[in-house]
Amino acid sequence: MALPRRGYLGQNAPVSRVNRATAAQSLSVSLTVGAYGIAFGAASVAAGFSVLQSCLLSLLTFTGASQFAVVGVLGAGGSALSGIATASLLGVRNTLYGLRMAPVLQVRGLKKIVAAQLTIDESTGVALSQEHLGQREARQGFWLTGIGVYIFWNIFTLAGALGAQAMGNPAAWGLDAAVPAAFLGLLWPRLTNKSERLLAVAACALALAMTPYFVPGFPIIATSILAVIFGLRARIWK
Amino acid sequence: MEVNLIEPFWLAVIGTSLFAFLLKILGYSVPKKWLSNPRVLKINSLIPIALLSALVAVQSFTQDSRIVADQRMAGVGVAVLALILRAPFPVVVLSAAATSAALFHIG
Repeated sequence: MALPRRGYLGQNAPVSRVNRATAAQSLSVSLTVGAYGIAFGAASVAAGFSVLQSCLLSLLTFTGASQFAVVGVLGAGGSALSGIATASLLGVRNTLYGLRMAPVLQVRGLKKIVAAQLTIDESTGVALSQEHLGQREARQGFWLTGIGVYIFWNIFTLAGALGAQAMGNPAAWGLDAAVPAAFLGLLWPRLTNKSERLLAVAACALALAMTPYFVPGFPIIATSILAVIFGLRARIWK
Repeated sequence: MEVNLIEPFWLAVIGTSLFAFLLKILGYSVPKKWLSNPRVLKINSLIPIALLSALVAVQSFTQDSRIVADQRMAGVGVAVLALILRAPFPVVVLSAAATSAALFHIG
């Protein structure tokens, strides 16, 4: 594509000029993620969290996989500590996203705190996908997607939580299967090669094999060992 | 409103949120070379796969620390089928819910 590189002009360009393609992608990502927000709100209430607690998780934690994990672990009878540990292991990738975004965003003070809170899969993903257009577009992609997802994720969490609360028994509405199905929907696109699919199957097997013998929540955290083994092995093979 | 921090659900909400933010701000605060080891990057990309897979298995096949096969298994099976057919996310979730709910009411 013969798009002009505007990266080095971007720094001083007027803020009001938003690239239309960047805005369109940010909006479509923000809305799509909203569907997960409904699933999260419903899953959270089904797991025993109140509507207020569900909304606080979306407002304060604001990183989908970690939120699903903590409600999943407590819903399955796991302790708060197991839930926090599993969620935090899933949140480590946001640290790496921050490392990647820091030189692009060049933020300090309050803006750095806001940028950090908005640093998730989607905002980083859109920013990186706009980098070929320039640094200004990458920054716009990050902020538009981060703010857009924040707004829709929280609105849809509330809707999902209220909806699930009105339903009564989660199993009567199939919510007990909808929650693992939502996880599977998050997981599926990540399984891009044979090694990753093998890891997924191995993690399922290990977690199920450990379930009868360990406190709820622990078998899930334990599968992170498999990620370490597969990670080291991949390095030896390649 | 009184918030009892010993209550596990509140503890989980506060603890998860606190660590999530600390992990995020860390990325903007540490020198890049500290976390750019390729082994660390590879393992970090695989951790979500292991944890999410384990969660799916535990939520689909266990009840009170026992392995069980019930309506959830059929629901998740339909979700797998929907994903193989490249169905969009809402279709995946709703088809799983509909299958599981139907079997719950029959059984």
